[in-house]
Amino acid sequence: MIRLERRPTPSRVWGAASPLLAVALTMVSGGLMFAALGQDPLEALRTIFWDPVLGEFAWYFRAQLLVKAAPLILIAAGLAIGFRAGIWNIGAEGQYIVGAIAGAAAGLAFYPSESALIFPLMVVCGALGGFLWAMIPAVLKVTLGTNEILVSLMLVYVADNLLASAAVGWLRNPDAVGFPGSRNLSQWEASANPELIAGTGMHWGVVAALIAVIFAHVLMTRHLMGFHIRLAGQAPRAARFAGVAPARLVLFCLGLSGLLAGLAGLFEVTGPAGQVSIDFASGYGFTAIIVAFLGRLNPLGIVAAGLLMAVTYVGGDNAAANLGIPGAAISAFQGMLLFFLLAVDVLSNFRVRVGRGALA
Amino acid sequence: MDLSAISPTLLVASLMVAATPILLAALGEMVVEKAGVLNLGVEGMMIMGAVTGFVAAIESGSPWAGFLAAAIGGAAMALLFGFLTQVLLSNQVATGLALTLFGLGLSALIGQGYVGIKANSLGRVDLGALSDLPFVGRVLFGHDPIVYLSLLLVAGVWAFLRFTRAGLILRAVGESHNAAHALGYHVRRVRMTAIAFGGACAGLGGAYLSLVRVPQWTEGMTAGAGWIALAIVVFASWRAERVLVGAYLFGGITVLQLNLQTAGARVPVELLSAAPYLVTILVLVLISIRARRGGAAPADLARPFHAST
Repeated sequence: MIRLERRPTPSRVWGAASPLLAVALTMVSGGLMFAALGQDPLEALRTIFWDPVLGEFAWYFRAQLLVKAAPLILIAAGLAIGFRAGIWNIGAEGQYIVGAIAGAAAGLAFYPSESALIFPLMVVCGALGGFLWAMIPAVLKVTLGTNEILVSLMLVYVADNLLASAAVGWLRNPDAVGFPGSRNLSQWEASANPELIAGTGMHWGVVAALIAVIFAHVLMTRHLMGFHIRLAGQAPRAARFAGVAPARLVLFCLGLSGLLAGLAGLFEVTGPAGQVSIDFASGYGFTAIIVAFLGRLNPLGIVAAGLLMAVTYVGGDNAAANLGIPGAAISAFQGMLLFFLLAVDVLSNFRVRVGRGALA
Repeated sequence: MDLSAISPTLLVASLMVAATPILLAALGEMVVEKAGVLNLGVEGMMIMGAVTGFVAAIESGSPWAGFLAAAIGGAAMALLFGFLTQVLLSNQVATGLALTLFGLGLSALIGQGYVGIKANSLGRVDLGALSDLPFVGRVLFGHDPIVYLSLLLVAGVWAFLRFTRAGLILRAVGESHNAAHALGYHVRRVRMTAIAFGGACAGLGGAYLSLVRVPQWTEGMTAGAGWIALAIVVFASWRAERVLVGAYLFGGITVLQLNLQTAGARVPVELLSAAPYLVTILVLVLISIRARRGGAAPADLARPFHAST
């Protein structure tokens, strides 16, 4: 008989090893899934994980890696702080959309000015848009105790509709015919978020992601707020005795993650996406949840996790083009990764004992 | 705008159809939460039900086989959640989210060859003269069997929780798993059964979307219905009869906004499409104002159970 015995404190060894084990398990079952789809599993895994990083055409994919990883890391760094405190913002996708719309609208209000102040203004408005969108569940939670999980998620669908109305209505490019969408922001000098170093995919969003990770790391390890967040997550009762105000934590965690998601949206809409269009929402806000857990809710781990997830995106596109593996297989693969991750976590919290053992 | 184009009879009849998927999913989730488990993966189980039901119905030619497959598919997803949260003791919120993300991806993968096909329709139950009655006939006696099944399930769950010993045990497990364990009840077994039932209900709800309501398969077709079902459980303060009220209210809003869109109301289409989600938020807010006087949630909701030996 197999028993689980709770460890007095979570194992550090398993804490570090379990993401690697989860990735390995996902590779195996992902291989089985590709085999079931009638593909050579090794060939498929090589196309997804090897070619974009170390293959012959890796120089082409590497730029894409940073472009995909930046929004994921930026959003996940914010989400992880909330998750640590047991505050579940799962509406980052909505905050990402609203940030993009708010920033784009602020910039387009001054079109066709060429002022150098426009891009900074858009960044501020993008962050503010995401922040305010996240404040809706936060304020409702603090004042009325409304469930923040459901409200933040419902607001994703509201943001989706807001995006549709902006793209076909009030932000629509007045000079364009055909496909609805705003003016192209990446081609307008004042609002463009270009590659800073050619060929690397490095844009302002990547810089912001790095700053956010360092900020989050300092916050969680060096600042009293970070201590309160960890305390509230691990021992809510102890936190209350220690004088931690839950309301402040909720406002801080939701606000910060909304702000970062809004920034991610703004950098995306001015750079890689280029315009506010109906299909702007790409699911980064949801994938970032996986990234946050894969990085063990740790800012530095999130960088590695974001890069790995970016590889699955880029490699998935590569596999879709070369092997005909459907794009949906990649989302299933990502979901599977989160499952294995949560499953192997049992090893860091419990000892597995075989045999009946002594019953106390 | 021409409001006279909206027929009240059709409105009520289509309200029941629109509400049925959410009713089924919310009812299942309510039983799960009564047992003290919070499964946030309703959306994932619904969409898996939608796709397995649709594929089975197309391949076998029978919608009934589809509904059966959907219930099995939903329950299988739920048991995956159950294994992780009950045996491996993973965090329920995170695992539920994982179930949703995984379900959305896997369903898109399974359903990719089935986009654009139309499913066989499920016949209406023929109740003879009753169905020919004006208004009442169309509203009450002109539906497909699943609508009646969902209503029977509401009554069944209500009676089960209220009058049976098994229902009492289930509630005890949800209120205090330690006390239930001390009395010799199998907490994990009760919870696993409830989780599987919830999954089967969500799967049925999903299949109702893909086989009756739409009736087609499209990627991500549940569009938040599973999350709304979760909100309805809160709205219903964990009571079966109120789940019915909540789901039908919600169905009414959905149908009304669709009717207003086609009637050409002078309201932006996007605002109308967002209305169901906005109303859900509003309802959650109203509920939380009321719930301040002591909530109705099961006391051990979302708490992991580990029998320390």
